[in-house]
Amino acid sequence: MPRQQLAQAYWRENLRLVTVLLAIWFSVSFAAGIIFFEDLNAYSLGGYKLGLWFAQQGSIYTFVILIFVYAKKMAKLDKKYGLDEE
Amino acid sequence: MELQLLTYIVVGATFLTYMGIAIWARAGSTKEFYVAGGGIHPVANGMATAADWMSAASFISMAGLIAFMGYGGSVFLMGWTGGFVLLALLLAPYLRKYGKFTVPEFIGDRFYSRAARIVAVICLIIASVTYVIGQMKGVGVAFSRFLEVGYSTGLMIGMVIVFFYAVIGGMKGITYTQIAQFCVLILAYTIPAVFISLTLTGNPIPQLGLGSTLAGSETFLLDRLDQVVTDLGFNEYTTTARLSTLNMFAYTMSLMIGTAGLPHVIIRFFTVPKVQDARTSAGWALAFIAILYTTAPAVAAMARLNLIETIQPANSAGNLAYDKRPDWFKNWEKTGLLAYEDKNNDGLIDYSADKTTNEMVKVDQDIIVLANPEIAQLPNWVIALIAAGGLAAALSTAAGLLLAISSAISHDLLKGVLLPNISEKRELLASRLSMASAIGFAGYLGLDPPDFAAGTVALAFGISASSIFPALMMGIFSKSINNQGAVAGMVAGISVTLLYVFQHKGIMFIADTAFLGEMPANWFFGIEPNAFGVVGAIVNFSVAFVVSHVTAKPPPEVLDLIDYIRTPNGVGEAVDH
Repeated sequence: MPRQQLAQAYWRENLRLVTVLLAIWFSVSFAAGIIFFEDLNAYSLGGYKLGLWFAQQGSIYTFVILIFVYAKKMAKLDKKYGLDEE
Repeated sequence: MELQLLTYIVVGATFLTYMGIAIWARAGSTKEFYVAGGGIHPVANGMATAADWMSAASFISMAGLIAFMGYGGSVFLMGWTGGFVLLALLLAPYLRKYGKFTVPEFIGDRFYSRAARIVAVICLIIASVTYVIGQMKGVGVAFSRFLEVGYSTGLMIGMVIVFFYAVIGGMKGITYTQIAQFCVLILAYTIPAVFISLTLTGNPIPQLGLGSTLAGSETFLLDRLDQVVTDLGFNEYTTTARLSTLNMFAYTMSLMIGTAGLPHVIIRFFTVPKVQDARTSAGWALAFIAILYTTAPAVAAMARLNLIETIQPANSAGNLAYDKRPDWFKNWEKTGLLAYEDKNNDGLIDYSADKTTNEMVKVDQDIIVLANPEIAQLPNWVIALIAAGGLAAALSTAAGLLLAISSAISHDLLKGVLLPNISEKRELLASRLSMASAIGFAGYLGLDPPDFAAGTVALAFGISASSIFPALMMGIFSKSINNQGAVAGMVAGISVTLLYVFQHKGIMFIADTAFLGEMPANWFFGIEPNAFGVVGAIVNFSVAFVVSHVTAKPPPEVLDLIDYIRTPNGVGEAVDH
């Protein structure tokens, strides 16, 4: 494949990955912690109401995981298209 | 040992360490001054970024705000961490690949326009200076409280110390001192939290303690807290939102995109060797930040509970007598940040949400974190450690911001636009001079701050969210946004935000100049000024889009640049159109 097409295919896969990860980013914070906060509070996690847990704990843990997953998947993607730095 | 002496020793020892590192790591060339030779390991860089990021607002102020706002305070927790996801996924790897020194340089090149670069420099300087003033104030307050000197003296000492390692050391000095500062501030934050969690719930991990039952009881800590605050007439702790769902949404989003657009954080990702390192660096930074941010809600809830139960003990005959108040109460009374008024002349302290009977007439939210270990009766060395941690947080952020300001002035304005032939040596001198003058300017404004704390920080985020983040994101992800679009977008976004904030809060927060006053009735869809950055960002995106589509497309060499930054390895520039 010529480099230009390769780079385009790489970019499309990159955008797909970022979209999925940002959907999760949105769900754990804006959806679970704000929009559906009251609905989730019907459930609980230990002494935490579930909505509050997402707003003050769960969203933050998920954010950390998301970035590491992104870094790992992107490294793989770089290799797959031969666009990695080595 | 006496608290005062112990505080001197702990604070003094940490400061000597920072200064020693700054001298040891004195910068040589211009490139080293800005980005430490591009040779910082991702974990080390993540730690330094974390110290850069966690300022006096995170350390001293945030848990106190959450303690009084309850659930509503979650906007800070989600907003100031979620921004790193945007930074890592949308900006950091591409800016690292682009590989120059500063944010305005990228904006200038991508939008092939000196005007764009100058607008970016101005936005960056306004955001950073505003932020530094807040930090300087934090430094001044912390010094004056713990070293028992006047506020102005405390501020002067802080200015000298910031000047010392930021100006002499450059980025490399800052990177290593910031790693040391991270260690100090995270220990200072978590150790008291562990003690308090253990005492209240029997669980040493604050994040778990917050969801546990109280020691020797079947009641959950949070249920108990809801009970005691509603008994006093306050809103329920765990469910009360900040104004409205829409406002919380806007507030959180503004802080997130403001985080991703703040120049002193972005510049960190220029300091790693590779694109892949920029990605993992962001992950490490957030992991280190998350330690403090997941501890903060526990500190907040436990401090509120301890505070109320000290004043109005649950299982005893009645309220605390004013004559028997503990030492921390007296100490904070001296600062004027805590005040008692015996309205019914019974000599007892009545604390309630009802303004006519409440006798705790002033409880400044910013004292909670600093007073927390004293309220919980922890040993003196823990209290001394909190002082050192608060100062580390304020100083490290101030230094990182100063670096962003100085590089914007010397590199973007002087070398990039005004004096393109300036020698490396003179550029370095100009950079140091602009840092020194920024410290002087911020310190001067910090001497008589017009209502700072949360207002200042919100403005800095609003500016960054409405100007820099959209320009960077469109620059990377869109091939159709051109020079006119970007400039119009940035100008529109920042103007809308500044107008909204200033009309409600006063020009540069001077209350008399607020032309609409602090009037919730005039708020756009009930969105408070602190949360308005996201509206500015939407304006920025829309204006840029419309203007770009009625003007000429970007030239081919710019399209090549975009292709170049989108792939991690170096041969992208050869792509043919």
